[in-house]
Amino acid sequence: MIITKQKNIEQILQILGTGPVFLVGCSECATLCHTGGKYEILAMKKTLEQRNIPVSGYVILDPACHLQNDKRMLKDYGKELDKTMKILVFSCGNGAQTVAEIFSEKEIITGNDTLFLGEISHANEFNKRCMLCGECLLDLFGGLCPVSQCPKSMLNGPCGGSSDGKCEVGSQLECVWDRIYQGLKKQGNLKALSIIQKPKDWSKAGELKRRI
Amino acid sequence: MNYRSNLEKRLSEGQFVITTEIGPPKGSDASKIRDKAMMVKGCADAFNITDNQTAVVRMSSLAGSLILLQMDMEPIMQMTCRDRNRIGLQSDVLGAAALGVRNILCLTGDHQSFGNHPTAKGVFDIDSVQLLQIIKNMRDAGVFQSGDPLLAQRPCVFLGAAANPYSGSFESQMNHLRKKIDAGAEFIQTQSVYNVEKFSRWMDEVRSQGLDKRVHLLAGVTPLKSVKMAERMKFHVPGTDVPDAVYQRMENASDPAKEGYAIALELIRELKSIAGVHGIHITALFWEEIIPALVKDAGFNARIC
Repeated sequence: MIITKQKNIEQILQILGTGPVFLVGCSECATLCHTGGKYEILAMKKTLEQRNIPVSGYVILDPACHLQNDKRMLKDYGKELDKTMKILVFSCGNGAQTVAEIFSEKEIITGNDTLFLGEISHANEFNKRCMLCGECLLDLFGGLCPVSQCPKSMLNGPCGGSSDGKCEVGSQLECVWDRIYQGLKKQGNLKALSIIQKPKDWSKAGELKRRI
Repeated sequence: MNYRSNLEKRLSEGQFVITTEIGPPKGSDASKIRDKAMMVKGCADAFNITDNQTAVVRMSSLAGSLILLQMDMEPIMQMTCRDRNRIGLQSDVLGAAALGVRNILCLTGDHQSFGNHPTAKGVFDIDSVQLLQIIKNMRDAGVFQSGDPLLAQRPCVFLGAAANPYSGSFESQMNHLRKKIDAGAEFIQTQSVYNVEKFSRWMDEVRSQGLDKRVHLLAGVTPLKSVKMAERMKFHVPGTDVPDAVYQRMENASDPAKEGYAIALELIRELKSIAGVHGIHITALFWEEIIPALVKDAGFNARIC
């Protein structure tokens, strides 16, 4: 799941300026994150209209990152889209760019910030699980990812800042290396941690690959 | 007027300057860089020390610059944003200034995939425009990027940047150049010129926008040593423009090195006559030994440093 957070309304208004505007939501991740589902889009429509910004229409794409499906769905909104040069998108950065691909002549405004790949732990509670590094090393660490969860992405952790299972960066963060250690200990596999992990091959990350 | 460096002084006085480039060695032997430096001493006003050029690990540009200073030669320390974040870069600016470095060339840097550690993670925390602005603010406003004030001395450096007249559209390149000047670039070294006609048109645009009045522009010259090198420059090095005529001259020459030298001499003479060009930046890749003759044959007197 791609975890997003809605920008605060003042920020959105500042970027948006004046209306009219067409709103786009997404049926998948942004719906589950409560940042761009139907409920949030209708709430945003109301907020904008209360501030005298006309909303020419809205759509919840299914999902926003599906280019061909977006084109099909948007065909039904020609009239609403013709009334505006601005599209305010509440999806992840991926969905917003798919929409931008379709409307090269319109201004695309992103209403969400895209944070990470994460799990829904409880309603409205999300935990970072992956940063798309292109080479999964989970098997080395008992199913926990230090690349995305350790702020230093250490492969030979923990660092000296780990204390009582907390990270030096902030006591609200668990030290993932403490969890890795405890987990492997439980599995009787602490030997796995004695291996010096070599520098990671970052060329496998998405940076050099635009298309697969 | 207090000039920060000899390079700034010469440019400000309206002298036509020569800069050249010295690549540090792939090892810790200081004599390697000293030997190269000795070869070109007196031939240029200042000497670029490259920063892990093409992402190949070499002795640091800061160490190379210090070795030059010890030889009474003026370095232009190159800094790329590939290997250090804003903390490391600002720290090295302070260190370099403390050791006597007075010219810094700010670059974004070649991507690590081109070098000898293609699996490395590129830093690219900031880009060249941001680096220029950060160093300018450290120098002029006495603040770090975060706004935190510098407590001891401000780094007294003359700031440079690179420009490529051959990449992208004129419009976007010109916009990028203006941005670099706005950010703090006081001199510009360009990509190697082979296509003078196109360079000249680029300079027309530079002048029409008044940018030549705001920055000292040094045109790049890289002598072609062999047909193979001409081929590489023409077909494989991104952002270079070797016209067919130049390529054919190299191909047809009985002595390609001699022809490459002659072409470089002609280029220098032509570039010198273009309004707004304040100097030449000679990069003789694996051919540093010809620089003294080239500079002399081009009609430039020996330099003091």
